[in-house]
Amino acid sequence: MEKLTVSVSPHFSGKRTTQNIMLDVIIALMPALVASVIIFGWRSLLITSVCVSVCVLLEFLFQKICKRESTLYDLSAVVTGIILAFNLPVTIPVWQAVIGSMTAIIVVKQLFGGIGQNFANPAVTARIIMLVAFSNSMTAWYFPQNSVDALSGATPLVADFKNVSQLPYLTLFLGNHGGCIGETCVLALILGGVYLLIRKVISWHIPVAFIGTVAIMSFLCGKDPLFQILSGGLMLGALFMATDYSTSPSTKWGKIIFGIGCGLVTVLIRFWGNLPEGVSYSILLMNILTPYISKLTRNKPLTGRAKS
Amino acid sequence: MKLHGTRVPHLKNTADCIPEKIPVPQTVKIPMSMHIGIPARVTVKTGDIVKVGQLIGEADGFLSSNIHSSVSGKVLKIDETTVSNGLKIPCVIINSDGKQELSDQIKPPEVTDFKSLITAVKNSGVVGLGGAGFPSFAKLHVHDLSKIDAVIINAAECEPYITSDTRTMLDKSDYIFDGIRILKKYMGIKRFIIGIEKNKPQAVTEMKKLAEKDDSVEVHVLPSIYPQGGEKVLVFNTINRIIPKGGLPIDVGAVVINITTLAFIGEYLKTGIPLIEKCVTVDGSAVKSPKNVIAPIGISIRDLIESAGGLKSEPAKVLYGGPMMGIAVPSMDEPVLKNTNAIIFMDKKEAAPPKITPCINCGSCLEHCPFRLDPRSISTAYNLKQYAELKNLCVDLCMECGCCSYVCPANRPLVQTNKLAKIKLREYLGSIKEIE
Repeated sequence: MEKLTVSVSPHFSGKRTTQNIMLDVIIALMPALVASVIIFGWRSLLITSVCVSVCVLLEFLFQKICKRESTLYDLSAVVTGIILAFNLPVTIPVWQAVIGSMTAIIVVKQLFGGIGQNFANPAVTARIIMLVAFSNSMTAWYFPQNSVDALSGATPLVADFKNVSQLPYLTLFLGNHGGCIGETCVLALILGGVYLLIRKVISWHIPVAFIGTVAIMSFLCGKDPLFQILSGGLMLGALFMATDYSTSPSTKWGKIIFGIGCGLVTVLIRFWGNLPEGVSYSILLMNILTPYISKLTRNKPLTGRAKS
Repeated sequence: MKLHGTRVPHLKNTADCIPEKIPVPQTVKIPMSMHIGIPARVTVKTGDIVKVGQLIGEADGFLSSNIHSSVSGKVLKIDETTVSNGLKIPCVIINSDGKQELSDQIKPPEVTDFKSLITAVKNSGVVGLGGAGFPSFAKLHVHDLSKIDAVIINAAECEPYITSDTRTMLDKSDYIFDGIRILKKYMGIKRFIIGIEKNKPQAVTEMKKLAEKDDSVEVHVLPSIYPQGGEKVLVFNTINRIIPKGGLPIDVGAVVINITTLAFIGEYLKTGIPLIEKCVTVDGSAVKSPKNVIAPIGISIRDLIESAGGLKSEPAKVLYGGPMMGIAVPSMDEPVLKNTNAIIFMDKKEAAPPKITPCINCGSCLEHCPFRLDPRSISTAYNLKQYAELKNLCVDLCMECGCCSYVCPANRPLVQTNKLAKIKLREYLGSIKEIE
């Protein structure tokens, strides 16, 4: 007598898993990592490895101590590690990177229940906490000595903030200037973003609404839109951080509102705030509004007209 | 506006397999409920001699259906069996004598008007053969015929593996058009739409060829996006009308009928042989040679697969119907029913349950739900016992097509939760009514 499994339909499941979504994100982040090594030297790889290892290790330890089922296989800790590293200047001391990773994984992600439960993006929040805690090393925009064609100096946005002359667009596009590890090379980030769009890991709504809003608002405020798009953490933020599933709305209109909101806050901070850059603050603020946006933009079920 | 859905593998391996008639088994077990509604009343007793096509269960009340013997032989016993919804219902076990003598009750029915057509359809014991098992006479018994302006013939066959409707279109196209002529004549319907998913090019060509001769028939080629065969999806995609929640196609002036059901009605009016056998697709990873067979109703799955070439490996899961909405059977001794269009045998690998991981809020489920439901919020509301919220989320609209569970990267059991939530919502609405 054979033993048959009885279960509820469907008896098929699609090929997509959390793990291969995260793997796609990692693949999409690789061009920017390569670019960062070329631009900033091997130290960027070191910082990235430190962040990834600490994130993975701490997630493992936390779940072990709390006797929760380990979710390391889903690779989300690796993604958090890479994105956090991308948000740090290459000169950051290793111990600070370790504390940043700890904040991201333990405080922002695991304390709220782990993957899918956190209300704020771990990398974004950790970056902001580090900006406050280590404001000096977090804004030290210098190239390491061993870099080939070092072009030391402030980030383009800081330069703009202080009314220093503007870099050429090509330099901004290729990323050969000061800034965080993963945010400078727009070309590499766009390559990764296109890959995610093709693989349908993300949809166009958030990046287009976010970047579009920044462009339009820059134009309206008399700033150079192209410069605003190409500089700072906008590309990294719009393509990889604002599109985080857990912390952004799932509906089409929700995503558009979320993107526009991110764009508006970014522009507000960049033009009128006390800081040169506002992408991470804008994402965190919109993360907090996500539940409300989700509620407002709920899909309307197809109920048809009421039966008469 | 477009309805969402998802792309599922087609796996129509058996589309070219002309159905083979399989030998009559030693015994058949015929349950008195192969339809939704009240089980039929047994009209034979132990020891009775029955013949092929003889009435053994009589429709008992509205939405019930007649049941006929599929073999000739002796009634072994009247037993009880558990059907897929968990209810215990009577069943008739018949020992076949192998002669397959036709009952003398069989003669082509006389149909002269709408009323006699309904009686004939009722006597034939036919139910919705697409899988739902809704008694066909009840569906056709429309009180105000002027309300209907279209009959939509469901030939979408959107489930993976199944090709029995495809075979109907290729092998029994004359009967389909007989059926259409009858409905046209006695119900006064002027528009017939055959909805076929485009992954069946042969069937589309065949139907288009025949539709050319008849102005009232149009063939509507549907995209290969599951679930085109869902009644509400089909109605929307063919005549662009939304069936209201809790309503039927008739509420928007349409009747939806499965193509094999229609072909059967056409055939029955010619031959008078009631519904006693069924074309069944036998496929799946554990099957030696996938094929279509014509099986007597009541044959056990074990006998069926033995006659159909056997299995190449131990089955781990056996399904009535396709992998998206099919019902897993507890044992291979279960019989083939009227509305069985396929039996899928899955081996260990194919049946292995996917690992359930935490929800990552990706929103795939709501992007793929044909009815734009939010399975993620339904799960949350269900787990938090927020039953009023379940009503707002319209969980009762869910047709359990399985798109959400299929696309979920975390493999959450969303359909299962929806099913449970529907039950809780029904209880909740009942309790509110009581209070009022």
